[in-house]
Amino acid sequence: MANYFKLKQPSIIPGFGITLGFTLFYLLLIVIIPLSGLFIKTAGMNPHDFIRDVSSPRVMAAYKITFGISFVAALVNVIFGFIVAWVLVRYKMPCKKIFDALIDLPFALPTAVAGIALSGIYANNGMIGSWLAKFNIHLAFNQAGIAIALIFVGLPFVIRTVEPVLQDVDKELEEAAASLGATRMQTFCKVILPQLTPALLTGFAMAFARGLGEYGSVIFIAGNIPMVSEIVPVIITTKLEQYDYNGATAIALTMLVISFALLLIINILQGLSGRKAGR
Amino acid sequence: MQKSHYISEALPIRILLTFIAIAFIGIFVALPLASVFIEAFSNGISGYLAALDNQNSKAAIKLTLLVAAIAVPCNLVFGLAASWAIAKFEFVGKRVLITLIDLPFSVSPVISGLVYVLLFGSHSLIGSWLQKHGIEIIFAVPSLVIVTIFVTFPFIARELIPLMQEQGTEEEEAAIMLGASGWQTFRRVTLPNIKWGLFYGVLLCNARAMGEFGAVSVVSGHIQGRTTTIPLHVEILYNEYNFVAAFAVASILTLLALLTLFIKTIIEHNFPQDVKGQEV
Repeated sequence: MANYFKLKQPSIIPGFGITLGFTLFYLLLIVIIPLSGLFIKTAGMNPHDFIRDVSSPRVMAAYKITFGISFVAALVNVIFGFIVAWVLVRYKMPCKKIFDALIDLPFALPTAVAGIALSGIYANNGMIGSWLAKFNIHLAFNQAGIAIALIFVGLPFVIRTVEPVLQDVDKELEEAAASLGATRMQTFCKVILPQLTPALLTGFAMAFARGLGEYGSVIFIAGNIPMVSEIVPVIITTKLEQYDYNGATAIALTMLVISFALLLIINILQGLSGRKAGR
Repeated sequence: MQKSHYISEALPIRILLTFIAIAFIGIFVALPLASVFIEAFSNGISGYLAALDNQNSKAAIKLTLLVAAIAVPCNLVFGLAASWAIAKFEFVGKRVLITLIDLPFSVSPVISGLVYVLLFGSHSLIGSWLQKHGIEIIFAVPSLVIVTIFVTFPFIARELIPLMQEQGTEEEEAAIMLGASGWQTFRRVTLPNIKWGLFYGVLLCNARAMGEFGAVSVVSGHIQGRTTTIPLHVEILYNEYNFVAAFAVASILTLLALLTLFIKTIIEHNFPQDVKGQEV
């Protein structure tokens, strides 16, 4: 009964005090104090200035571009990521190991490298860009360029969240559905898809959240034209270069609050998909 | 045989889906990967080497190695301490602590840089004090190290915590009861159990530390030869329209990424129980 009121369960393993103490100290020093600086700085600002900074036409345009294109890119990744995960789990194909390893490349490749590579391919003198330019299609230095970069960085999320759930889908349920006379399409829509929905949503939310903050891969291919292809992180760096610390802070805080809200949603979704997968 | 038609898709659909999957990964992943090397070697091997053999490129490589050599061990010690406290003990507020450790992953790289500019910049309290005493942090190497620690903060901890939680505390308790000291228990009992997970975490942490762009870009000040890491050097070369050199330097980071993926795949294949795959 006495333990009930204690903050820590007794244990004979040593080192609790020192490891927890160090963990909290390091966390405070590296993460909590610096991040709270953002809130303190905002608290010291004039509310009128804050609203002016976060709602100027150029910033509003950047919000729309960042959220809109992140959403579209995440959606593309849901559709194609689902197909890739499906092929990976269900079908045979040659060189599957290499194919599988390639999917993780966007996590491992530094964003600046991805940025110049994509820009090099899709610019009007690039490998694909020069060919598309003949048909008057331009995919770099506009919003399409941002979408391409965000599809690249968000690509592994949907695949890697759907893959394990798809592996756990019980084949016997599909057989039961088929033997009861369901067509393959009916089985897919009514038996398989419902089991994968939480994982698809989680993957979508993760890709979307990643897209909102992305900087390195976007700036080279976007052209960063104000009101047209300027994303929020670019606005923040521009304000910093002009020593407008208040403006940069106000916009950063708004974005940060939104990403934390998204993180919360992702955690809830992950809880749901974990339960569905029986984990 | 006829039954398989009902529990799988018709052959044309299977071929179509496989084709779409390969085309998607081909266009969005394989092509950019190949293009880095095609561009880097567009002036032949001599052109490639000439682009790398340059004072600023060498300085950038050295600086990147230095930053990673400080940041990764810092987060390694933190990761071990955090996972020991969280996995081996039961205490109030554990879930909150785990959430806080994950926090840097949900902060945009540019914002990560910004918070340190606010903290150490010359207009801040700490910044003006530092300036008075002649200590440079922002637009100097220390800030590069600190932001790199911030952006790679969770890698090792979030790899070790679930792994050590899964392994439980029985082995450690047995060692302690048999008279081992805490340190002996960690070295002889815990460490052998977590070594692959630890290596895996260090690998991912290092890849991110060497490749980080947005956060270091904000605090670096872009002083050529002094505060430009490899990714920042790539940016400068690219913006100077020195494309061959930009891609040549980028190819170093690409090789690092490929090496990381290769080792990662080997570990995941050989020790699937010892690592928690993670997406960041």
